[in-house]
Amino acid sequence: METVLNMLQDPNVQWVLLGTILLGIASGVIGSFALLRKQSLLGDAMAHAALPGICIAFLLYGAKSMSWLLIGASISGLIGTYCIQAIIKHSRIKEDTAIGLVLSVFFGFGIVLLTYIQQNGSGNQAGLDSFIFGQAAAIVGLDVQIISVIAFVLIFITFILFKELKLITFDPQFAQGIGLPIKWLNGLLMTMIVGAVVIGLQAVGVILMAAMLITPAIAARYWTERLDHMVVLAGLVGGISGIVGTLLSTLSRGMPTGPLIILAATILFLISLIFGTKKGLLPKMVKQWKVKRLVTRENVLSSLYELSETTLKESEGKEIGSYSFQQVVELRPVSTFTLLGVVKDLKKEGLLAEEQANKQLMLTEKGLELAHEIVLKNRLLDMYLMFESKFPVSNWREGSMDLLNGPKEIIDELRALLKDFGREPNGLFLYKKKRKIGNKGFHSAVEGSEG
Amino acid sequence: MSYEGWIILTGSLVGITCGLTGCFLILRRMAMLADAISHTVLLGIVGAYLVSSSLDGIYMFAGALVVGLLTAFFIQLLHSSGVQSDAAIGVVFTSLFALGVILVSLYAGRIHLDVDHALMGEIAFVPWDTLIIAGMDLGPRAVWMLGAVLIINLAVILLFYKELKICSFDPEMALAIGIPVMFMHYLLMGMLSITTVASFDSVGAILVVAMLIAPGASAYLLTDKLSIMLLLSAGIGVASAVLGYYAASMFNVSISGMMASMAGLLFVLTFFLSPKHGLVMKWFFRRSLSKGSNGLQ
Repeated sequence: METVLNMLQDPNVQWVLLGTILLGIASGVIGSFALLRKQSLLGDAMAHAALPGICIAFLLYGAKSMSWLLIGASISGLIGTYCIQAIIKHSRIKEDTAIGLVLSVFFGFGIVLLTYIQQNGSGNQAGLDSFIFGQAAAIVGLDVQIISVIAFVLIFITFILFKELKLITFDPQFAQGIGLPIKWLNGLLMTMIVGAVVIGLQAVGVILMAAMLITPAIAARYWTERLDHMVVLAGLVGGISGIVGTLLSTLSRGMPTGPLIILAATILFLISLIFGTKKGLLPKMVKQWKVKRLVTRENVLSSLYELSETTLKESEGKEIGSYSFQQVVELRPVSTFTLLGVVKDLKKEGLLAEEQANKQLMLTEKGLELAHEIVLKNRLLDMYLMFESKFPVSNWREGSMDLLNGPKEIIDELRALLKDFGREPNGLFLYKKKRKIGNKGFHSAVEGSEG
Repeated sequence: MSYEGWIILTGSLVGITCGLTGCFLILRRMAMLADAISHTVLLGIVGAYLVSSSLDGIYMFAGALVVGLLTAFFIQLLHSSGVQSDAAIGVVFTSLFALGVILVSLYAGRIHLDVDHALMGEIAFVPWDTLIIAGMDLGPRAVWMLGAVLIINLAVILLFYKELKICSFDPEMALAIGIPVMFMHYLLMGMLSITTVASFDSVGAILVVAMLIAPGASAYLLTDKLSIMLLLSAGIGVASAVLGYYAASMFNVSISGMMASMAGLLFVLTFFLSPKHGLVMKWFFRRSLSKGSNGLQ
């Protein structure tokens, strides 16, 4: 820890840190749009395509001037993007092939130029090939100024045009329909991606720049469904990766900063993949487990209700009857493991009783009432689905489908249908009738049956 | 054979091997997997060295094969858990490559492998690294390696031609008639991995990607038949290698970079001049159409 604090006092490390943080934030923000437009790998292609531009700028200018190199990189990055689009538009070659083609050919040509400069250069070309892998440690004050200016411009444009960018990302047709300059906005977004790539070249290099655009954005995607939150989160993930990677690389000599930043981002991505609240694997599993539990619970109750219905009918409501696990599972197959857990819960809630002697299950009165409700609901739903065309289209169907407290006409009609088919769940009724006879005598039972 | 001859032979072998494999990748829209695997192979080579502490060809092959298949597997895994395919590729290959670079720089002193070399390759050194068995000089190691891989690839393609063809053009149909689609996928990934590692050492990752994609893409614009596409792709690969070598020696620049540029140049030519799918032919066709309609008026 102390070494880290010591390191932080070094102005060089401070510059590098500032540069990588800003780079992480900007590329996370821009990457979110690229990801949602399914153009993540375009950033990879642009980064590779920037290499010949850097070399040509060096050849023309004759010295290593950061701003000229970046301008060269931007121009050839944009030309690469244009080539990709032209290939897709004018031939039957698909997007991935076009991207790979432009990426490798431009990069190959860049290497040709690089070796040409090395053979014939004025000797001032040292460090030109550091663009391939990036050299965050070599970032100086001037570079950080350039990085911060571009990063701030990118974030500012995103902020100002957020609504427009959102629209062309999610619904380009609609955006065109309301008269937005689609072509212009698309071009702007491409230029912004190139901008993010260009400022990343020096820190993380051509090859790993793609990760800076993709990884923070995809990590953020697991936590939210809203674009504005996602953009902020992606910026945050990118910034944190920048900090972590840079600090780790200062700890030991010769550790490359770029790859460490990428690995930090990857770890954040893995954490999001597992724990992310919106699409993460763990929350998804918990949700699925809960649904399974609920379905099993309803299945067990319905099966027991149906079994009890027969017994109640035969005994004229005298006994609910008890049944083995086997009989319950036969009606609606469920996994044994879930079944045991569910039965335990039901017993705890007093909905179910178990005869210890021969392991038979039996509904309690409270359980019978709940089971009645579930069975009634399901059977009403069956009727509804069978005669769906009979019922007027209503919002009710779209919404919660509360079959016990829905619109009265519909429920009444469904109940009548149930009666016609002889599918009315009458177990609870039989049981209550018997009990009323027991408690209050014969007359009240007759009254009950009439009501 | 002369120094020059060996280099051209090596380049041509890369062109044929990659050209053949690349056709299937293009047809199955997996071109970016070539890019991904050609990068992650670095991790395989470093990993193989750390496990076996030797830079022997066999270990490199095994390591690259394992990591190549792992790359394909991870991408598949992420994709099936809901990550869109381009992002899945991007996340997996960059992180594995970053890991590879970190390992290389950690053990930089001990491994005879630097990252620049891995990326750009040193085809110029190929003729000096010869295979010597029982005191007999059998020619460059790279030629033997590439030759072996070419034979394996040819055998796989000849053996599974029909299956590969159906999987490439109509995966649903392939699944329906009982072709083990998953197996074919990983077979192709295995082919891709060994092709990449064999070419990697001599020509570097970038030329591998260029040779995998560019000749196949050009061939795709020249024909509608898979068998002809394969032949054309191999031929264009060889042409890029030969032209690239002479252009490179003329300007005294990177040979593998020039071969990649030539592959790109040949693509640009077919893009404009292909008899059926080329831009120029399309333009003529459109003009004659509009002339014809003018005549009718």
